[in-house]
Amino acid sequence: MSPTPLDILLTFSMLSLLAVGGANALSPEMHRILVESRGWLDDATFSQLYALAQAAPGPNILSASVMGMAIGGWGGMALATIGILTPAACLAWTVAGWLESLKGAWWIRPAQAGLVPVALGLMGASGFILGEAAAFFFLAPFITAGSALFIWRSDRSPLYALLGGGLLGLGVFALG
Amino acid sequence: MNEPHVPSCGELFLGFLQIGGLAFGGAVAYARQVLVDSRGWMTERDYAELLGLAQVLPGPNIGNFAVMYGRRCHGLKGSISAVGGFFLLPLFIVLALVLAWQEFGQNPWIDAFMKGVAAAAAGMALGAALKSGFRLKPPPEQIVAILVITALAAWWRVPLGWIILILGPVCVGMALYRARRT
Repeated sequence: MSPTPLDILLTFSMLSLLAVGGANALSPEMHRILVESRGWLDDATFSQLYALAQAAPGPNILSASVMGMAIGGWGGMALATIGILTPAACLAWTVAGWLESLKGAWWIRPAQAGLVPVALGLMGASGFILGEAAAFFFLAPFITAGSALFIWRSDRSPLYALLGGGLLGLGVFALG
Repeated sequence: MNEPHVPSCGELFLGFLQIGGLAFGGAVAYARQVLVDSRGWMTERDYAELLGLAQVLPGPNIGNFAVMYGRRCHGLKGSISAVGGFFLLPLFIVLALVLAWQEFGQNPWIDAFMKGVAAAAAGMALGAALKSGFRLKPPPEQIVAILVITALAAWWRVPLGWIILILGPVCVGMALYRARRT
Protein backbone atom coordinates (compact mmCIF):
# COMPACT_ATOMS: atom_id res chain seq x y z
CA MET A 1 0.00 0.00 0.00
CA SER A 2 2.01 3.00 -1.12
CA PRO A 3 0.51 6.41 -0.40
CA THR A 4 0.87 9.33 -2.82
CA PRO A 5 3.03 12.30 -1.78
CA LEU A 6 -0.11 14.39 -1.36
CA ASP A 7 -1.58 11.77 1.02
CA ILE A 8 1.51 11.95 3.21
CA LEU A 9 1.56 15.76 3.25
CA LEU A 10 -2.14 16.09 4.11
CA THR A 11 -2.11 13.36 6.77
CA PHE A 12 0.77 14.93 8.67
CA SER A 13 -0.66 18.45 8.24
CA MET A 14 -3.85 17.26 9.91
CA LEU A 15 -1.85 15.65 12.74
CA SER A 16 -0.02 18.95 13.19
CA LEU A 17 -3.20 20.76 14.24
CA LEU A 18 -4.17 17.95 16.62
CA ALA A 19 -0.87 18.06 18.51
CA VAL A 20 -2.09 20.09 21.48
CA GLY A 21 0.42 19.45 24.25
CA GLY A 22 3.24 18.43 21.92
CA ALA A 23 4.39 15.17 20.42
CA ASN A 24 3.98 12.96 23.48
CA ALA A 25 0.31 13.81 23.56
CA LEU A 26 0.06 13.15 19.82
CA SER A 27 1.51 9.63 19.79
CA PRO A 28 -1.77 7.72 20.40
CA GLU A 29 -3.48 9.64 17.58
CA MET A 30 -0.49 9.14 15.26
CA HIS A 31 -0.62 5.40 15.96
CA ARG A 32 -4.35 5.26 15.30
CA ILE A 33 -3.99 6.99 11.94
CA LEU A 34 -0.72 5.62 10.54
CA VAL A 35 -1.09 2.02 11.75
CA GLU A 36 -4.78 1.27 12.24
CA SER A 37 -6.56 3.53 9.78
CA ARG A 38 -4.12 3.96 6.86
CA GLY A 39 -2.05 0.78 7.38
CA TRP A 40 1.14 2.53 6.25
CA LEU A 41 3.23 1.05 9.11
CA ASP A 42 2.98 -2.09 11.25
CA ASP A 43 2.85 -2.04 15.04
CA ALA A 44 6.44 -3.13 15.71
CA THR A 45 7.97 -0.63 13.26
CA PHE A 46 5.88 2.17 14.75
CA SER A 47 6.97 1.55 18.35
CA GLN A 48 10.64 1.05 17.47
CA LEU A 49 10.74 4.25 15.42
CA TYR A 50 8.95 6.15 18.17
CA ALA A 51 11.51 5.01 20.79
CA LEU A 52 14.31 6.02 18.45
CA ALA A 53 12.95 9.54 18.03
CA GLN A 54 12.59 9.81 21.81
CA ALA A 55 16.24 8.88 22.32
CA ALA A 56 17.46 11.64 19.97
CA PRO A 57 17.92 15.18 21.25
CA GLY A 58 15.46 17.84 20.24
CA PRO A 59 11.72 18.00 19.83
CA ASN A 60 9.94 14.65 19.99
CA ILE A 61 7.72 15.85 17.14
CA LEU A 62 10.51 14.66 14.83
CA SER A 63 9.11 11.17 15.36
CA ALA A 64 6.90 12.29 12.44
CA SER A 65 9.99 12.74 10.20
CA VAL A 66 11.15 9.25 11.11
CA MET A 67 7.72 7.78 10.34
CA GLY A 68 7.70 9.65 7.03
CA MET A 69 11.04 8.11 6.13
CA ALA A 70 9.75 4.60 6.87
CA ILE A 71 6.61 5.29 4.81
CA GLY A 72 8.07 7.00 1.76
CA GLY A 73 11.89 7.21 1.93
CA TRP A 74 13.62 10.61 1.79
CA GLY A 75 10.70 12.26 -0.01
CA GLY A 76 8.29 10.90 2.59
CA MET A 77 10.50 12.28 5.33
CA ALA A 78 10.56 15.75 3.80
CA LEU A 79 6.79 15.81 3.29
CA ALA A 80 6.04 14.51 6.79
CA THR A 81 8.36 17.08 8.37
CA ILE A 82 6.90 19.98 6.38
CA GLY A 83 3.38 18.71 7.07
CA ILE A 84 3.77 18.32 10.83
CA LEU A 85 5.55 21.68 11.33
CA THR A 86 3.94 24.19 8.97
CA PRO A 87 0.27 24.49 10.09
CA ALA A 88 1.20 24.73 13.79
CA ALA A 89 3.92 27.29 13.05
CA CYS A 90 1.51 29.46 11.03
CA LEU A 91 -0.99 29.39 13.89
CA ALA A 92 1.69 30.35 16.45
CA TRP A 93 2.79 33.19 14.13
CA THR A 94 -0.78 34.51 13.92
CA VAL A 95 -1.29 34.34 17.69
CA ALA A 96 2.00 36.15 18.29
CA GLY A 97 0.68 38.91 16.01
CA TRP A 98 -2.55 39.23 17.99
CA LEU A 99 -0.50 39.50 21.16
CA GLU A 100 1.49 42.39 19.71
CA SER A 101 -1.59 44.28 18.60
CA LEU A 102 -3.21 43.76 22.01
CA LYS A 103 -0.15 44.99 23.89
CA GLY A 104 -1.26 47.49 26.50
CA ALA A 105 -4.71 46.01 27.04
CA TRP A 106 -5.07 45.69 30.84
CA TRP A 107 -6.06 42.03 30.74
CA ILE A 108 -3.36 40.65 28.46
CA ARG A 109 -0.58 40.21 31.05
CA PRO A 110 -2.78 38.72 33.78
CA ALA A 111 -4.40 36.42 31.19
CA GLN A 112 -1.00 35.20 30.07
CA ALA A 113 0.08 34.85 33.69
CA GLY A 114 -2.97 32.63 34.14
CA LEU A 115 -1.44 30.13 31.73
CA VAL A 116 1.63 29.66 33.96
CA PRO A 117 -0.01 26.90 36.06
CA VAL A 118 -0.94 25.11 32.82
CA ALA A 119 2.68 25.27 31.64
CA LEU A 120 4.17 24.12 34.95
CA GLY A 121 1.52 21.44 35.56
CA LEU A 122 2.00 19.89 32.12
CA MET A 123 5.78 20.08 32.47
CA GLY A 124 5.63 18.24 35.79
CA ALA A 125 3.18 15.67 34.43
CA SER A 126 5.37 14.89 31.42
CA GLY A 127 8.18 14.15 33.92
CA PHE A 128 5.99 11.54 35.65
CA ILE A 129 4.75 10.04 32.36
CA LEU A 130 8.22 9.84 30.82
CA GLY A 131 9.59 8.48 34.09
CA GLU A 132 7.05 5.67 34.10
CA ALA A 133 7.79 4.87 30.45
CA ALA A 134 11.53 4.82 31.18
CA ALA A 135 11.30 2.52 34.23
CA PHE A 136 12.96 -0.41 32.46
CA PHE A 137 14.98 -1.54 35.50
CA PHE A 138 14.68 -1.24 39.30
CA LEU A 139 17.14 1.65 39.62
CA ALA A 140 15.46 3.78 36.92
CA PRO A 141 12.95 5.63 39.17
CA PHE A 142 15.85 6.56 41.48
CA ILE A 143 17.80 7.94 38.52
CA THR A 144 14.72 9.96 37.54
CA ALA A 145 14.30 11.32 41.08
CA GLY A 146 18.01 12.07 41.42
CA SER A 147 18.06 13.90 38.11
CA ALA A 148 14.98 15.96 39.08
CA LEU A 149 16.71 16.96 42.32
CA PHE A 150 19.90 17.86 40.43
CA ILE A 151 18.05 20.10 37.94
CA TRP A 152 16.01 21.73 40.70
CA ARG A 153 18.79 22.43 43.19
CA SER A 154 21.83 22.98 40.94
CA ASP A 155 22.57 25.42 38.13
CA ARG A 156 25.01 23.10 36.36
CA SER A 157 24.32 21.87 32.84
CA PRO A 158 21.58 19.21 32.60
CA LEU A 159 24.03 17.15 30.51
CA TYR A 160 25.69 15.98 33.76
CA ALA A 161 22.42 14.43 34.87
CA LEU A 162 21.99 12.65 31.52
CA LEU A 163 25.58 11.39 31.48
CA GLY A 164 25.26 10.18 35.08
CA GLY A 165 22.02 8.38 34.22
CA GLY A 166 23.62 6.71 31.19
CA LEU A 167 26.62 5.54 33.22
CA LEU A 168 24.37 4.12 35.98
CA GLY A 169 22.41 2.31 33.25
CA LEU A 170 25.64 0.79 31.94
CA GLY A 171 26.68 -0.14 35.49
CA VAL A 172 23.39 -1.95 36.18
CA PHE A 173 23.75 -3.85 32.88
CA ALA A 174 27.40 -4.81 33.60
CA LEU A 175 26.61 -6.03 37.15
CA GLY A 176 23.25 -7.62 36.51
CA MET B 1 14.63 44.99 37.12
CA ASN B 2 16.80 45.67 34.04
CA GLU B 3 15.40 45.15 30.55
CA PRO B 4 16.60 41.79 29.19
CA HIS B 5 18.93 41.82 26.16
CA VAL B 6 17.14 41.48 22.79
CA PRO B 7 19.14 38.94 20.75
CA SER B 8 20.05 39.55 17.09
CA CYS B 9 18.95 37.06 14.40
CA GLY B 10 22.37 35.37 14.52
CA GLU B 11 22.18 35.07 18.31
CA LEU B 12 18.64 33.69 18.04
CA PHE B 13 19.82 31.08 15.55
CA LEU B 14 22.76 30.01 17.75
CA GLY B 15 20.75 30.05 20.98
CA PHE B 16 18.03 27.83 19.55
CA LEU B 17 20.66 25.65 17.83
CA GLN B 18 22.02 25.00 21.32
CA ILE B 19 18.57 24.27 22.73
CA GLY B 20 17.74 21.85 19.90
CA GLY B 21 21.09 20.08 19.86
CA LEU B 22 21.23 19.43 23.60
CA ALA B 23 17.58 18.76 24.27
CA PHE B 24 17.42 15.07 25.15
CA GLY B 25 13.96 14.05 26.30
CA GLY B 26 12.11 17.19 25.22
CA ALA B 27 13.27 20.75 24.89
CA VAL B 28 11.34 22.52 27.65
CA ALA B 29 13.93 22.09 30.42
CA TYR B 30 16.82 23.10 28.15
CA ALA B 31 15.04 26.12 26.76
CA ARG B 32 14.58 27.45 30.30
CA GLN B 33 18.21 26.84 31.14
CA VAL B 34 19.54 28.54 27.98
CA LEU B 35 17.10 31.47 27.70
CA VAL B 36 16.73 32.36 31.39
CA ASP B 37 19.82 31.09 33.24
CA SER B 38 22.72 31.09 30.81
CA ARG B 39 21.88 33.81 28.22
CA GLY B 40 19.54 35.97 30.28
CA TRP B 41 17.31 36.95 27.32
CA MET B 42 14.13 36.43 29.28
CA THR B 43 12.99 36.68 32.88
CA GLU B 44 11.61 33.63 34.67
CA ARG B 45 8.09 35.07 34.40
CA ASP B 46 8.40 36.03 30.72
CA TYR B 47 9.53 32.52 29.91
CA ALA B 48 6.74 30.78 31.82
CA GLU B 49 4.07 33.04 30.31
CA LEU B 50 5.15 32.56 26.70
CA LEU B 51 5.64 28.83 27.30
CA GLY B 52 2.09 28.57 28.67
CA LEU B 53 0.79 30.04 25.43
CA ALA B 54 3.05 27.80 23.32
CA GLN B 55 1.68 24.77 25.16
CA VAL B 56 -1.99 25.51 24.62
CA LEU B 57 -1.41 25.87 20.85
CA PRO B 58 -1.06 22.69 18.78
CA GLY B 59 2.41 21.70 17.62
CA PRO B 60 5.80 21.22 19.23
CA ASN B 61 5.93 23.38 22.39
CA ILE B 62 9.36 24.89 21.89
CA GLY B 63 8.78 25.09 18.11
CA ASN B 64 5.77 27.35 18.79
CA PHE B 65 7.79 29.16 21.40
CA ALA B 66 10.59 29.80 18.85
CA VAL B 67 8.08 31.18 16.30
CA MET B 68 6.55 33.58 18.83
CA TYR B 69 9.73 34.66 20.56
CA GLY B 70 11.52 35.14 17.20
CA ARG B 71 8.65 37.27 15.92
CA ARG B 72 8.72 39.37 19.07
CA CYS B 73 12.47 40.04 18.56
CA HIS B 74 12.77 40.54 14.79
CA GLY B 75 9.52 39.70 12.98
CA LEU B 76 9.58 37.05 10.26
CA LYS B 77 13.38 37.00 10.07
CA GLY B 78 13.56 36.38 13.81
CA SER B 79 11.02 33.54 13.65
CA ILE B 80 12.85 31.84 10.79
CA SER B 81 16.23 32.20 12.57
CA ALA B 82 14.93 30.72 15.81
CA VAL B 83 12.92 27.89 14.23
CA GLY B 84 15.70 27.04 11.75
CA GLY B 85 18.27 26.88 14.53
CA PHE B 86 15.98 24.79 16.69
CA PHE B 87 15.24 22.05 14.16
CA LEU B 88 18.54 21.87 12.24
CA LEU B 89 20.66 19.61 14.48
CA PRO B 90 17.88 17.35 15.79
CA LEU B 91 16.74 16.61 12.23
CA PHE B 92 20.21 15.46 11.17
CA ILE B 93 20.77 13.51 14.40
CA VAL B 94 17.46 11.69 14.18
CA LEU B 95 18.18 10.75 10.55
CA ALA B 96 21.63 9.46 11.47
CA LEU B 97 20.01 7.42 14.26
CA VAL B 98 17.49 5.86 11.89
CA LEU B 99 20.26 4.92 9.46
CA ALA B 100 22.35 3.49 12.33
CA TRP B 101 19.33 1.61 13.67
CA GLN B 102 18.67 0.05 10.28
CA GLU B 103 22.37 -0.91 10.12
CA PHE B 104 23.31 -2.15 13.60
CA GLY B 105 20.05 -3.18 15.26
CA GLN B 106 20.33 -3.68 19.00
CA ASN B 107 23.67 -3.49 20.81
CA PRO B 108 23.02 -4.35 24.50
CA TRP B 109 25.59 -1.84 25.85
CA ILE B 110 24.16 1.06 23.89
CA ASP B 111 20.68 -0.07 24.88
CA ALA B 112 21.62 -0.07 28.61
CA PHE B 113 23.22 3.38 28.36
CA MET B 114 20.20 4.83 26.54
CA LYS B 115 17.80 3.43 29.14
CA GLY B 116 19.73 5.22 31.88
CA VAL B 117 19.68 8.43 29.82
CA ALA B 118 15.92 8.09 29.29
CA ALA B 119 15.35 7.76 33.07
CA ALA B 120 17.46 10.86 33.78
CA ALA B 121 15.73 12.81 30.97
CA ALA B 122 12.36 12.18 32.63
CA GLY B 123 13.68 13.74 35.84
CA MET B 124 14.72 16.86 33.92
CA ALA B 125 11.15 17.90 33.11
CA LEU B 126 10.16 17.42 36.75
CA GLY B 127 13.19 19.33 38.04
CA ALA B 128 12.58 22.24 35.65
CA ALA B 129 8.94 22.52 36.79
CA LEU B 130 10.05 22.54 40.46
CA LYS B 131 12.72 25.15 39.77
CA SER B 132 10.37 27.52 37.93
CA GLY B 133 7.58 26.97 40.46
CA PHE B 134 9.72 27.79 43.48
CA ARG B 135 11.23 30.89 41.83
CA LEU B 136 7.94 32.33 40.59
CA LYS B 137 6.16 31.89 43.96
CA PRO B 138 2.66 31.70 42.42
CA PRO B 139 -0.37 32.70 44.53
CA PRO B 140 -2.11 29.85 46.43
CA GLU B 141 -4.90 29.24 43.89
CA GLN B 142 -2.29 28.81 41.16
CA ILE B 143 -0.32 26.32 43.27
CA VAL B 144 -3.51 24.27 43.63
CA ALA B 145 -4.06 24.54 39.86
CA ILE B 146 -0.51 23.31 39.14
CA LEU B 147 -0.98 20.26 41.38
CA VAL B 148 -4.43 19.49 39.96
CA ILE B 149 -3.18 19.72 36.36
CA THR B 150 -0.16 17.54 37.11
CA ALA B 151 -2.37 14.91 38.77
CA LEU B 152 -4.98 14.95 36.00
CA ALA B 153 -2.38 14.57 33.25
CA ALA B 154 0.03 12.15 34.96
CA TRP B 155 -2.20 10.08 37.25
CA TRP B 156 -5.59 9.95 35.55
CA ARG B 157 -4.18 10.41 32.02
CA VAL B 158 -6.90 12.88 31.09
CA PRO B 159 -6.34 13.84 27.41
CA LEU B 160 -4.42 17.10 27.26
CA GLY B 161 -6.99 18.70 24.96
CA TRP B 162 -9.62 18.47 27.73
CA ILE B 163 -7.28 19.81 30.40
CA ILE B 164 -6.41 22.81 28.25
CA LEU B 165 -9.98 23.50 27.09
CA ILE B 166 -11.45 23.34 30.60
CA LEU B 167 -8.70 24.35 33.03
CA GLY B 168 -7.03 26.89 30.70
CA PRO B 169 -9.98 29.30 30.87
CA VAL B 170 -10.42 28.58 34.61
CA CYS B 171 -6.79 29.55 35.29
CA VAL B 172 -7.01 32.66 33.10
CA GLY B 173 -10.26 33.62 34.84
CA MET B 174 -8.68 33.30 38.29
CA ALA B 175 -5.72 35.43 37.19
CA LEU B 176 -8.01 38.13 35.75
CA TYR B 177 -10.10 38.14 38.95
CA ARG B 178 -6.98 38.59 41.07
CA ALA B 179 -5.68 41.37 38.76
CA ARG B 180 -9.03 43.18 38.93
CA ARG B 181 -9.07 43.20 42.71
CA THR B 182 -5.53 44.52 43.20
